[in-house]
Amino acid sequence: MSDLLKRFTGWDVAVIAVLVLFVVVASATVDNFASARNLSFLVLDLAPVLLIALPMTLIIVTGEIDLSVASTLGLSSAVMGALWDGGMSIELIVVVCLVLGAVLGAVNGLFVTVFGLPSLAVTIGTLALYRGLALVVLGDAAVAQFPGTWTGWVIGGNAGIPNIVWPLLLLLVVFGVVLHATPFGRSLFVMGANKEAARFGGIRVARTTFWLYVVCGVVSALAGILWTLRYSSARADNGSGLELAVVAAVLLGGVSIFGGRGTLWGVLGGVTLLAALQNALRLADVSNEALTVVTGLLLIISVLAPNAVGAIRSAASRRRPPGGAATSPAPPDPPAPASSPPVQSDPSSSPAVRSS
Amino acid sequence: MSRRLRLIAPVAFSAVLALGLSACSGTTKDSAATGGSTDSGSAVANPGAALKEGLKIAFLPKQLNNPYSDIEVSGGKAAVDEIKGTYKLVGPNDASASSQVSYINTLIQQQQDVIGIAANDPNAVCPSLNQARAAGIKIVAFDSDASKDCRDVFINQATTQGIGEQLVKMASTLAGGSGEIAILSATPNATNQNAWIEVMNTELKKPENANLKLVATVYGNDDDQKSFQEAQGLLQTHPDLKVIVSPTTVGIAATARYVSGSSYKGKVAVTGLGTPNQMRDYVKDTTVNQFALWNPADIGYLAGYAGAALASGQITGKEGETFKAGKLGEYKIGAGGEIVLGPPTIFDAKNIDQFNF
Repeated sequence: MSDLLKRFTGWDVAVIAVLVLFVVVASATVDNFASARNLSFLVLDLAPVLLIALPMTLIIVTGEIDLSVASTLGLSSAVMGALWDGGMSIELIVVVCLVLGAVLGAVNGLFVTVFGLPSLAVTIGTLALYRGLALVVLGDAAVAQFPGTWTGWVIGGNAGIPNIVWPLLLLLVVFGVVLHATPFGRSLFVMGANKEAARFGGIRVARTTFWLYVVCGVVSALAGILWTLRYSSARADNGSGLELAVVAAVLLGGVSIFGGRGTLWGVLGGVTLLAALQNALRLADVSNEALTVVTGLLLIISVLAPNAVGAIRSAASRRRPPGGAATSPAPPDPPAPASSPPVQSDPSSSPAVRSS
Repeated sequence: MSRRLRLIAPVAFSAVLALGLSACSGTTKDSAATGGSTDSGSAVANPGAALKEGLKIAFLPKQLNNPYSDIEVSGGKAAVDEIKGTYKLVGPNDASASSQVSYINTLIQQQQDVIGIAANDPNAVCPSLNQARAAGIKIVAFDSDASKDCRDVFINQATTQGIGEQLVKMASTLAGGSGEIAILSATPNATNQNAWIEVMNTELKKPENANLKLVATVYGNDDDQKSFQEAQGLLQTHPDLKVIVSPTTVGIAATARYVSGSSYKGKVAVTGLGTPNQMRDYVKDTTVNQFALWNPADIGYLAGYAGAALASGQITGKEGETFKAGKLGEYKIGAGGEIVLGPPTIFDAKNIDQFNF
């Protein structure tokens, strides 16, 4: 359990504190922010981002990235529309789309693990490829008229709690347990900290990475299904640009882009904070441009702050006796040595040349 | 292998979850009930009602900072100012289908009286618009319609008939009532253009246009270079041509550019549908005498008045109801809640500098 406590690196706690503070202030100052209806809108807005942020967190913790998620969402939406137009039953379509997501994720996983290509390059490629395929499937058409019971369920709710909360909560718990309470989850952090060490430690790095991408594909496809039902419109351009919103929220939540560090509750805080910020500022009639600027600044601060904290910590630990440094968590980056040790270059100390 | 089980768990969970979403009833497209209902059935219009003051009217164009949209909503603002309402403009930076939804939700929370929307996707905005209507907000679609069952009225910039007639009228004027004319369209299967050309053909058969002879219809595929070459080809094969009519903004600009730099300048008239900004130079150098397009500012202006009339109870959105739209005069609601702006605006040397789009 002390292990778990140690994972509260500080930044994720700070994000949640900022979120709570923001919600309190916004409820007091922005009209209608705290109304039940607005909160259900808020949940609907953050649902796709949060959904994809779950597997994305796991992938980023291992030091990799998946930028093809939004295109997977779009392709899943396009295929859903095309099949629905073709008269397939909606239950079967859902299964087909989830399998499609698994295949798309597997393609990413194969390129990254079997061919050993950098995940950034691979998933930028599949970002374009999958979006292109979505356009091939559906072109610029839009398919609507999905069954009212399904679309109604996605945007509906009971007793003020939106229905969409339940699947989100379920997946959040599953991913939280996997990442923070299983040996498998710990192995992800080890992989992120040092791939070589993880390999020597008996962790199946390639296999783990592969399956993470498959899961990410499936969840992105699920997000595509929910997106299509929420907007009751299947389109090839659905979710364009969402990958950046997801990565932004994950990083804001205190997950290190270099891998090895982060918590899922921090990510939950990050996703919610970004969504609440946009929602409240919009209600307060703040212009779009200002909204974009604020979001950008927030992200820069979120990347800077943990590094600054780390730098301060490492500076502090250098002043302490060596024994004390061991208990402080490792800073995100290797700290620059304060002073390089004097180089021994005294010629007199060189071994004497023996003459025979 | 418990490790493998753990890996599969999330996948299995997602699948189970998705399957669990439904009652496994095997719904297909044909058996699906389409949602959406109109609640205006019970309301009764009172044409004599006074326009309310202090109405909160919000405009939600396809995207912000788009020159065309900016002009449309400027007309909306003029209307809202005239009726002493509160004007608001919100919108996404990208014209994606779903980006408008969160703005509609915000407007619901702010309890606007009217939302004027140019829908990026007729269906994606539907659930939110119906939530807005349930909250008593009147919905006016303009420029680009939302589904019929989730808006009160739609401001249509022009009818197919109106545009076709206008094109023939301009051609006849420029040809002096007789002579050869040709059409330079977009793609051979462009829905809009083909509908207009069909109306033109019907108009040309009328006795008053008996001396006008349509000698060719060519296609520039809405590609600048191809349109340019087609204009060149037309004049080589039909040296007696008097007018080229191009019902597409790309085609008319390319044709005008070719004619203005050729020996045909002053002999062959160019007309059709274009925007003032792209045609200004050709009007100034007398290549183009007149062309037409609807005035975007009037679309927004009419949308503002229609919204105010709805919110004041003068109209409910039923066919046949009438209301007055400020300087534009009286309008009647047509089938399906459509309100047609009227014939397109004619641009010529006298008025072109009043427009910037």
